[in-house]
Amino acid sequence: MAEPAASSGAGHAMTRDEVARLAQLARIDLSDAELDHLAPQLAVIIESVAVVSSVAADEVPGTSHPLPVRNVFRRDVVRPSLAPEEVLAGAPEVEQSRFSVPRILGEEA
Amino acid sequence: MTAVSTRSTTAAELMPYDEALSRFDPVLGLEVHVELNTASKMFCGCSTVFGREPNTQTCPVCLGLPGALPVLNAAAVESAIRIGLALNCDIAAECRFARKNYFYPDMPKNFQTSQYDEPIAVNGGVDIDVDGQPFRIGIERAHMEEDTGKSLHVGGATGRIHGADHSLVDYNRAGIPLIEIVTKPIEGTGRLAPAVARAYVGWLRELLLGLGVSDVRMEQGSLRCDVNLSLRPDPGAPYGTRSETKNVNSLRSVERAVRYEVSRQAARLATGRRVVQETRHWHEDTGVTTSGRSKEQAEDYRYFPEPDLVPIAPSVTEVERLRASLPEPPAIRRARLQADWGFSDLEMRDVVGAGALLLVEQTVAAGASPAAAKKWWLSELARRANDAGVALDELGITPEHVAAVQSLVDAGRINDKLARQVLDGVLAGEGSPEQVVSARGLEVVSDEGKLSAAVDRAIAGNPGVAEKIRAGKMAAAGALIGAVMKEMHGQADAGRVRELILEKLN
Repeated sequence: MAEPAASSGAGHAMTRDEVARLAQLARIDLSDAELDHLAPQLAVIIESVAVVSSVAADEVPGTSHPLPVRNVFRRDVVRPSLAPEEVLAGAPEVEQSRFSVPRILGEEA
Repeated sequence: MTAVSTRSTTAAELMPYDEALSRFDPVLGLEVHVELNTASKMFCGCSTVFGREPNTQTCPVCLGLPGALPVLNAAAVESAIRIGLALNCDIAAECRFARKNYFYPDMPKNFQTSQYDEPIAVNGGVDIDVDGQPFRIGIERAHMEEDTGKSLHVGGATGRIHGADHSLVDYNRAGIPLIEIVTKPIEGTGRLAPAVARAYVGWLRELLLGLGVSDVRMEQGSLRCDVNLSLRPDPGAPYGTRSETKNVNSLRSVERAVRYEVSRQAARLATGRRVVQETRHWHEDTGVTTSGRSKEQAEDYRYFPEPDLVPIAPSVTEVERLRASLPEPPAIRRARLQADWGFSDLEMRDVVGAGALLLVEQTVAAGASPAAAKKWWLSELARRANDAGVALDELGITPEHVAAVQSLVDAGRINDKLARQVLDGVLAGEGSPEQVVSARGLEVVSDEGKLSAAVDRAIAGNPGVAEKIRAGKMAAAGALIGAVMKEMHGQADAGRVRELILEKLN
């Protein structure tokens, strides 16, 4: 469990390196030309959104959800699952009724 | 798990444990993941039953299919709150879920729904008993999350021509409710670090079992432990760099893993090398840890609040209702049972240390005397559990079985020696003690005629011994009893045999 890091939101312009890192984390393969093109655009978007922070005063709590709704639960009741044939229909390959995927080296789970 | 390691598992350089402890001060941190025993998953109605055919307990929600929306299981939240309360934590007035984003095939959604900056329970602490000494463990947090799917790694040996390694994933486990319980850094253990780690995890198992929120079967992975350990030159120094050893899945392994990491890290630090902050894998068979992912490329899970789930705000009334439902706190329960059973402090410590408190309690409830219950669990069964490397309650024998064995002994139908064979039969899956006795023909010979004849033959065959007994040397009777027991293949009541011998010779 990593420590919660400080938010890097308001008042922080997004650099080309950060966009490259984000792309890598999201497994999006961006060329240099695409990075040159996209990084400044993202920076503008972030700066625009950051304006909200400058308007919100300290007494306005952070919001993670737009609806004033709390505590939506379901009862602990078992419902039918999908048939395994349906589940595995979308698998790239199937072996022993399991999804067969390329192994990620160096990982053991 | 059938992980095939591609890494070399060459043993790391180690410093003898005692030397390591004389030069460094260990700091521990333990993260325990416990699977809740709800009937359905955390966010969908799929069953959580263990061991079913692969991918038969999945649906659009736990597979992360587009458009599927999660709805939180109320029973899982209740269990989370009860666990938090039992760990003396504060229950958050409001908390929420977050997405932990990562790409790995064990999570079909490409994120794990977890809690991040707002866990449901924070800032608790518990008092445990380590070899008779009280020890305080601070609890940082307990948060809710979902389990991942289970991967099976297979290599070229499975018949693939090109031998490309690949993984097979079963999502039955994906989405089962998990509670992650994280300690604060545990300082001041000194050389007791391995014992403290083991005692804490054992204590936690018993607590969770008492709460009835989980099966806590370590061998089935419903309780899993990550061990964080760092060393520093002395207790006043800042924390050193820690390693995080994943999936240490038995009490004995928790102890061994701590010991191993102390020795490994000490050997590095003593020769001027540094400890790398990394995830390490525990190898049960060889008792070593090997390097996994390095955490130095700053893991970045890009957590953000889960938009598909609304916040959870348990009311004070609800929290107090759950608090009132908690079982008796462990220390008070222990004192009560000790008084009920008439055990000495030492006897009680043995029972607790063996993780047998609940088992003895249940065995007594099933009709055995406390002394008999303690005898079976702490001698015969403890030895078998130790040989098998499992916890006592994972052996496959129930308190009711043990009480039934003792009742067969009390009724004179089997003796202690035969009782051990009955236990073997029960452990081998041959059924209840009664069934084992009749299937294996283990009942003692109660036919007085047969016994009497065997005693006569023993007397006739050992005239010298018989003469001594006639002369009043009762101690010599042992030789005749032995001869009778041998003839009866152990299936005789030794007490009755002794009586018969004395009757015939006096």
